[in-house]
Amino acid sequence: MKQTELIPHLFRTEYRKIVAVLYKLFGIEHIEIAEDIASDTFLLASELWGLKGLPENPTAWLYTVAKNKTKDYLKHHSIFTQKISKEIKYSAATFHEIEIDLSTQNINDSQLAMIFAVCHPCNPAETQIGLALNLLCGFSAMEIANAFLTNKEVIYKRLQRGKEKLRTEKIKIEQPGLSEINERLPAVLLTLYLLFNEGYYSSNQDVSLRKDLCFEAMRLIYLLIENTYTNTPAVNALFSLMCFHSSRFEARINEDGGTILYEDQDINLWDKELIEKGEYYLNLASSGDELSKYHLEAAIAYWHTHKEDTAQKWENILQLYNQLLQIEYSPMAALNRTFALAKANGKKDAIAEAEKLNLTDHHLYYSLLGNLYTDVDNAKALEHYQRALSLTNSNSDKVTIGKKMEEVMSKLLERFEFSKS
Amino acid sequence: MKDFLFLFRGNGTPSASPDEMQAMTKRWMDWIGGIAAQNKLGDRGNRLFPSGKVIKPGNVITDGPYSEIKESIGGYSIVKADSLEEATELAKGCPGLTVGGTVEVREINAM
Repeated sequence: MKQTELIPHLFRTEYRKIVAVLYKLFGIEHIEIAEDIASDTFLLASELWGLKGLPENPTAWLYTVAKNKTKDYLKHHSIFTQKISKEIKYSAATFHEIEIDLSTQNINDSQLAMIFAVCHPCNPAETQIGLALNLLCGFSAMEIANAFLTNKEVIYKRLQRGKEKLRTEKIKIEQPGLSEINERLPAVLLTLYLLFNEGYYSSNQDVSLRKDLCFEAMRLIYLLIENTYTNTPAVNALFSLMCFHSSRFEARINEDGGTILYEDQDINLWDKELIEKGEYYLNLASSGDELSKYHLEAAIAYWHTHKEDTAQKWENILQLYNQLLQIEYSPMAALNRTFALAKANGKKDAIAEAEKLNLTDHHLYYSLLGNLYTDVDNAKALEHYQRALSLTNSNSDKVTIGKKMEEVMSKLLERFEFSKS
Repeated sequence: MKDFLFLFRGNGTPSASPDEMQAMTKRWMDWIGGIAAQNKLGDRGNRLFPSGKVIKPGNVITDGPYSEIKESIGGYSIVKADSLEEATELAKGCPGLTVGGTVEVREINAM
């Protein structure tokens, strides 16, 4: 790797490790000190490495510099050190002996502690996601703003408010205890699930950025799998779900960042390795009695890795959606369940059920009705697609709906020609 | 939204073959899933075993009112609806109705 590529690469992989260890050392009160030290370390690297060439082991170099900078900081801020010495559990007299532990074990422990601090329900979900990207993944406010299609100031303020809240709530960055893990793991999983969805379902046209978000969510979940106490069936199920979804990443996005519908996807673009990984973790997830919504969603995603339409596939998907909706209602699950119902029980049943859903402000509802009425009552199908079209602002949705309308229109014309002859 | 209790009676057909029972289970799952898809399921509830005891004043204990299978409660669910009429409308799809069962719909008077 060239030097110009190496520093951004190391920044991506090592900054977050160094900063996590320092966050844990300094506590939530002083996270900006940790950030300054970590940033200074990389600044020095980019200056020195340019002049003197690369050190033999760049990662070890970064760790050593970060350790020294931390010790220097503590030495030169004795007042500060006295003030925080209780928090960092060292007396002022011995601060020069502080061992800044950048072993893999302590890095993992620190990152885990940070996941639990950042995903604290004292902040709303969107703030938690922002903080996770900022504090755990080293994303800048600008990068997060790009990902969320909003401006930098909005994200900056959101992050500041979020950090302030963590401070006022005195959230501790520490290895969570067993009872705390049981109590707070669901909130952590929800945040990481939303982070993944942000990348996977986003209308953002920057595909590599969307992939990054998905990848980061998977990396954080994997940290939970690596830790014995957080390696629960639900965590494995969520990781499995993410593997299955990501396996279709290349196949479901066209060159313009628009969505390619499942039925039109090229199976050759599905990532077989990720599918196998998904199956592996879904098996691990089945080890207990717990049946979380992630289990059900992962199982649904598993069946979608079988492209061929079989009665067994759709009956399984329908029953999984039936169960999922009993655990937690969502409009998307209700729509998808009705689609599966059409495949399993026929369109007549599905139309009757769809009419009861009452999701009239959603374009996907009318797209579903358009799909169900196709070949049953094509004039009605066309009407529904028109409603769908009027309810969406997304260009790629409009293209998709437009194609469906053309299909229905040609069916209507065929019939017309037929009746004339 | 108010909560309504569905009491299912006499839905069991003891003579059903395994295939028929499986088909019946699917119809129940699809029906409950349909209510959940409308965001009107409060609690899926449970099925009840057929055997039980009834305690009457004076410590009189009998083996339940099961001489008449039609009277026996086979299970319950809780749905959310704006009115008794709406809840009743939801109950109309109950698969038990096709095998001679009944659904009693009662508004829950929360304490």
